[in-house]
Amino acid sequence: MAGGFVYNAIDQTELSTAEIYGKAIADIVQKDPKVVAVTPDLAKSTKLGEVLKVCPERVFNVGIAEQDMFGVAAGMARAGLIPFASGFSAFTSMRACDQLHTDICYQNTNVKIIATHAGTSFGQAGSTHHAIVDLAITRAMPNLTVIVPADGLETANAVNAAYENFGPYYIRINRGFDRVLYDSQDYGFEVGKAVEVHPGTDITVIACGSCVFQAREAAKFLENADGLKVRVLNMHTIKPIDRDAIMKAVLDTRRIITVEDHSTIGGLGSAVAEVVVEGGKACAFRKLGHPDKFAPIGLHEDIMAEVGIDSNGIIAAVRDVMKMDFEEDDNWDDEF
Amino acid sequence: MALSKQEWLALEKKAFELRKLCLQTTVWAGSGHIGGGMSIMDLLTVLYHKYLNIKVEDPQWEDRDRFILSKGHAAIAYAPVLCDKGFNDVEMLKTFNLSGSKMGMHLDSNKVVGVDASTGSLGHGASIAAGTALAARVLGKDFLTYVATGDGELGEGSNWEGFMTMNHYQLSNCIVFIDRNHCMIDGPTEDVMKLEPLADKMTAFGFNTIVVDGNNIGALCDAIDTAIERSKEPCAPTCILMDTKKGAGIKTMEGDYLWHYGAIDDALFEKFNAELEEDYKARVARAEKEGK
Repeated sequence: MAGGFVYNAIDQTELSTAEIYGKAIADIVQKDPKVVAVTPDLAKSTKLGEVLKVCPERVFNVGIAEQDMFGVAAGMARAGLIPFASGFSAFTSMRACDQLHTDICYQNTNVKIIATHAGTSFGQAGSTHHAIVDLAITRAMPNLTVIVPADGLETANAVNAAYENFGPYYIRINRGFDRVLYDSQDYGFEVGKAVEVHPGTDITVIACGSCVFQAREAAKFLENADGLKVRVLNMHTIKPIDRDAIMKAVLDTRRIITVEDHSTIGGLGSAVAEVVVEGGKACAFRKLGHPDKFAPIGLHEDIMAEVGIDSNGIIAAVRDVMKMDFEEDDNWDDEF
Repeated sequence: MALSKQEWLALEKKAFELRKLCLQTTVWAGSGHIGGGMSIMDLLTVLYHKYLNIKVEDPQWEDRDRFILSKGHAAIAYAPVLCDKGFNDVEMLKTFNLSGSKMGMHLDSNKVVGVDASTGSLGHGASIAAGTALAARVLGKDFLTYVATGDGELGEGSNWEGFMTMNHYQLSNCIVFIDRNHCMIDGPTEDVMKLEPLADKMTAFGFNTIVVDGNNIGALCDAIDTAIERSKEPCAPTCILMDTKKGAGIKTMEGDYLWHYGAIDDALFEKFNAELEEDYKARVARAEKEGK
């Protein structure tokens, strides 16, 4: 398991993802005088308020100014501090994209970004507050490690890992009301290593963030209803991607579905597809995520259902992909 | 500490040598942002040869003063200063802008020794400087952070976010310079996008604003002395608004926005060197007259 602070199932029952994250940061701040928090008027929304309670002199609110937040964080890091900079992922990735690129990644600064309200988790706020392109942006930035935790305990693991390892991290979490995936923090979290959350040999579903829980539910259902053995990989680290786990899935199951609360362009699905294509082994492949259009307004779970990245959508996709008989068929036209 | 006449004359000599090296580097590079490099050369000279508490033998010394060149395209002037100071081999200047060089048009802090921030994308320096100054407070250190922006650069709104942070946290340990050379790529600043009344704007943003002739080393040092005196306690940060000339020191170039970026052939190189010599004589005469 990751080092640092440990939270348990009781914490997770009582606390949201964001609250566990806020508590994890607060614990680190109390331990290390070089850790600071920077926020753009979102101390409460991003749960950095937990740090305010224990160490207010090391929380710096820059006002509604994400670009400034990243520049300030970069300056702090270059001077020897370890800043956790937290804001809505829509704005940390887009409004402050140049600062993320140049001040943080180009300079390889030790800034830890906690990008909250990711995907469509702030669904009712509409597309101005949806972040469905942030993985495409951040994944392409050199030096940046990109993590999408599946629930609160994994967020705590990710925060601890980011603290313990030098370099810029982009940790993408939701608004804070995730379904609970893990009942313990001790399941072998390691940056860059996928975690199998359901065994299977017929097909592999590779998911990240809130979609991992949905994929595991789908796998349980399909095992009972269809007798299918669906492997589910929690691909919490988008970069560096776990190439070995992907290629093992290709060789073992020959059918891959990716699921993410993000555009199907440039995110987890694209990252996995790159590995699959470079691996040179044929397999059936499908990306689930937001199509190339802006997401609807609504509750997160409603949007996930509409887009087809909830358990029902995953079940339908698995059944569809299982029909593909590509291995012994020279006529590929009828496959898709 | 007031600038003595002797020190002023020594700084003029150094600024002259660095201007010549900047001109030479532009020739080696094939072309460069020489206009804005010359306008800020007096500031770079006094910072690196009078004010910055730095150790050439220990460039990452954690207690050092920081300098952030927000107008990163002035690297054509900054690189010669860093090489002449001893942070990097002067021979590196012969590779400036060339393929495979560590020195591009905008300096990379992870490649060029002595550079505190990788700049080039405009409007970033103020926030980085604010963060650096805040870090000094958190770490209980008394180093100073100096940041220099261009004037046209102030069109980037992110500068003003950084200025707000400096004021909000009363970062008097951060000293802001604006190289007000009145020119940008497409023309005079007031034609392209009005900046005036710039001093009033800085004051309205909470700065103790000092307007000074940025190409007069004596006046510039007086302003910096005032800013340093104010840095000892948290209070309103100081902005030194330097009235400068694009291409300062080369008469043909002075005030001409077309010299934002340019190439110099052999004939111009000879002519510009001669003009630098003439300018130096005038500067020495001024220092002799005004110095104490």
